[in-house]
Amino acid sequence: MHNPQLNAHGELTHLLSIDGLPRDVLVHILDTASSFLEVSDRDVKKVPLLRGKSVFNLFFENSTRTRTTFEIAAKRLSADVINLDVARSSTAKGETLLDTVDNLVSMHADMFVVRHASSGAPYLIADHLRRTGRDDVHVVNAGDGRHAHPTQGLLDMYTIRHFKKDFSGLKVAIVGDILHSRVARSDIQALGALGAAEVRAVGPRTLLPTDIEQMGARVFYDLREGVRDCDVVIMLRLQNERMNGALLPSAKEYFRSYGLTPEVLALARPDAIVMHPGPMNRGVEIDSEVADGPQAVILSQVTFGIAVRMAVMSILAGN
Amino acid sequence: MQEQSIHIKGGRLIDPRNSIDAQADVFVANGVVCAVGDAPLGFAADSTIDAAGCIVCPGLVDLSARLTNLDAELLAAVAGGVTSVACPPDTKPPLDEHSLVERLVQRSESIGLARVFPVGALTQQLAGEKLAEMAGLSRAGCIAFSQATRPIFDTQILFRAMQYAATFGFAIRLQPQDHYLALNGVAHDGEVASRLGLAAIPVCAETLAISTALHLARETGVRLHLSKISSAAGIALIREAREGGVKVTCDVAIHHLHLSETDVGYFDSHARFDPPLRASSDRAALRAAVAEGVAAVCSDHTPVDEDGKQLPFAEATPGAVGLELLLPLVCKWAAEDGVPLAAAIARVTSDPAVALGVDAGSLGVGQRADICVFDPEEPWCVRPEALHSQGKNTPFLGWELSGRVRTTLVGGRVVFSI
Amino acid sequence: MSLPTLPDAEAQCVALAEMIRPNLQPGTMLVGIHSGGAWIARRLSELLGLPGEIGLIDVSFYRDDFGEKGLHPQVKPTSIPFEVEGRPLILVDDVLYTGRTTRAAINELFDYGRPASVRLAVLADRGGRELPIYAEFCAWQVELADSQELVLEPDASGRLQWRYVDHA
Repeated sequence: MHNPQLNAHGELTHLLSIDGLPRDVLVHILDTASSFLEVSDRDVKKVPLLRGKSVFNLFFENSTRTRTTFEIAAKRLSADVINLDVARSSTAKGETLLDTVDNLVSMHADMFVVRHASSGAPYLIADHLRRTGRDDVHVVNAGDGRHAHPTQGLLDMYTIRHFKKDFSGLKVAIVGDILHSRVARSDIQALGALGAAEVRAVGPRTLLPTDIEQMGARVFYDLREGVRDCDVVIMLRLQNERMNGALLPSAKEYFRSYGLTPEVLALARPDAIVMHPGPMNRGVEIDSEVADGPQAVILSQVTFGIAVRMAVMSILAGN
Repeated sequence: MQEQSIHIKGGRLIDPRNSIDAQADVFVANGVVCAVGDAPLGFAADSTIDAAGCIVCPGLVDLSARLTNLDAELLAAVAGGVTSVACPPDTKPPLDEHSLVERLVQRSESIGLARVFPVGALTQQLAGEKLAEMAGLSRAGCIAFSQATRPIFDTQILFRAMQYAATFGFAIRLQPQDHYLALNGVAHDGEVASRLGLAAIPVCAETLAISTALHLARETGVRLHLSKISSAAGIALIREAREGGVKVTCDVAIHHLHLSETDVGYFDSHARFDPPLRASSDRAALRAAVAEGVAAVCSDHTPVDEDGKQLPFAEATPGAVGLELLLPLVCKWAAEDGVPLAAAIARVTSDPAVALGVDAGSLGVGQRADICVFDPEEPWCVRPEALHSQGKNTPFLGWELSGRVRTTLVGGRVVFSI
Repeated sequence: MSLPTLPDAEAQCVALAEMIRPNLQPGTMLVGIHSGGAWIARRLSELLGLPGEIGLIDVSFYRDDFGEKGLHPQVKPTSIPFEVEGRPLILVDDVLYTGRTTRAAINELFDYGRPASVRLAVLADRGGRELPIYAEFCAWQVELADSQELVLEPDASGRLQWRYVDHA
């Protein structure tokens, strides 16, 4: 099946998911991101790559954090950024997703950064653009339902590469609500593509997807065993809603069994790094002492996130 | 109009009920089959249908087709060789009122294409609370009662509904899916749904509901038909029950015979079904069960317009059209698995007729002349323009199929011909 | 067109340094354009005895052909380890041709601050200018056909040498 992320020349034209992207495409994005890091240290924090291009942030699911980093990244590329607050806009009046897209395309949108609550929404948009002959418009998935958050996966990989250099010997534990996590899926796929030695999915049975082993992760129900000897520990955010629907009894019990405390972290390798996609729930999935401690690289993730997004947008816009 | 005398000449007659699979002519007069093989004495054909190179079989009996636009879908039916259609009660408004049923039956008769056998609502408004007036609905033309895809939460209500139906000898059809285990699910609970981040429906949602239905059917003695079985475990339960003497019939939707969870691909909403497409091992078990005759095959024809499909997967309306694909897809399955054509045709003619309890699906002398003449070799590509249905939503778009209906007769009249 | 014989690139670097030396303003910093300009700038910096590190510029983000060619696959980091504001700069490149690379480099430099002046030093000027750019310091004037390319690269021992590539 033809990968909808690639154009007729086999170049990346949309970033929808890490799934199906060859290793050298991922490495190319990471390498390009390195060059963009330096831009943020200049006086004029801009390069003219996307000058005159319009980037539309189409966020159907609220997220000021992610939207802001995409906005900063696009502006540092000299693009014009338009933020669409979809909740209050035409979609609320019953306009379909694709009608909204068509309207914006006719306003000369060059790139859509899309976040949507339904898995697969960006694919629908990309397919629609292809069928309406708009190969010049690019889609970046900023998170679709539980499916994928590819720029987060990439910036997590950038962070790991920055601190650990080589993926081949690494043991990485991903802890928490993997069932509902698009970050976890993207991380697992990226780690697999980049050749991590072992990827572990750690959590209670209710929060682990069926057949997660098929995605390349080893399942652990016990946090201590899951974290033991790991080089990287990625903690996922636990949302309040998970206490409904009988997935978990309470945040308190979750923290006792799956919270990352200094004592648990000590079971990982001494030079292990702790990551979190944010925002953190202190005292639920992660202890403040760990979050503020020397092994946590969470703030670096944010910095790298802007460079990675600049890399993604430049590569897409140039293809 | 006076029915013509028709001589269907030179075809291979496959009539599974009467165990016929041979080169034999069929003679039609006064709306019924008047002879098979040799012309009856004094027969003068008003017209002859050249069936050389074709198969002549009973018009197909489809256990489930939604007739959203009656004219278009009944035409689609006969274009697909389907002469009897059972339509589920989830119309708008639902078929829980005898005048609605009467109107449906009258309109279908005046359109004069495929015969419509309405399935009535088991409970009022399909809400699963109060019993519908089954006796009245039966008099109006309903041949069975069901909840379509709507749940009955209260097992005591389900029990009572079965007892009531059994009182009158009415049949009950259920699509077995536990409401709570399937809640919000849109795809099979397996590797694909996990990777794509789609809310999942585990197999136990089906097996639990099948077990409940079988137990209650045994208790009440009601005639039970379980529709759209999607899993290996589910079909195994039914096979076991039948071997144990329980009077239960079931069907599998044609798309479950050919497709599996991987056909969801990149969130293709044309592959969104209720129940969902499951693992390839489930598909293999369903194919085996259909070959054995444990299950009949239906189209589950469900027209959905563009707006209903051009949505993210979880938001799209499930279902696909299938009246015009049922026959060629059944032939394709039979050819792939080495199932004799006669057995395959039985699964969409005589077997569904038995499950529905209607007089159809066979071509014995004196039977209504509902006949399908089709060329099993003729290739065609599934394209929107090739479909007569108002809906063009099918995951089989672009497939090259063999098997084209040339002529369809209903009650001895030609209602479709290419 | 028959190709001129290739001169010794290392010797040309020395010659270039001698052209610059009498015209060197105090506080001048060299900025080499990746990759050829970077190698030459290092040699010039040593030969001229300039203190401190040279600047290195990758113009990938400032090129004017991004729309047709996309992002260059090998982007190297730009590093300007000194204050650009008010400083005389010499941009260094291996081959001056259309002038577009030089324009991109100037634009990029100006995003770091406002230099006092920017002068251009190249090893080879092959004509074919498409913009009003000129090299104040140039070791070798040479004419080539459009299909011919002049490439500077280090040999196994690290000595810079020229090579022709014919795209015809």
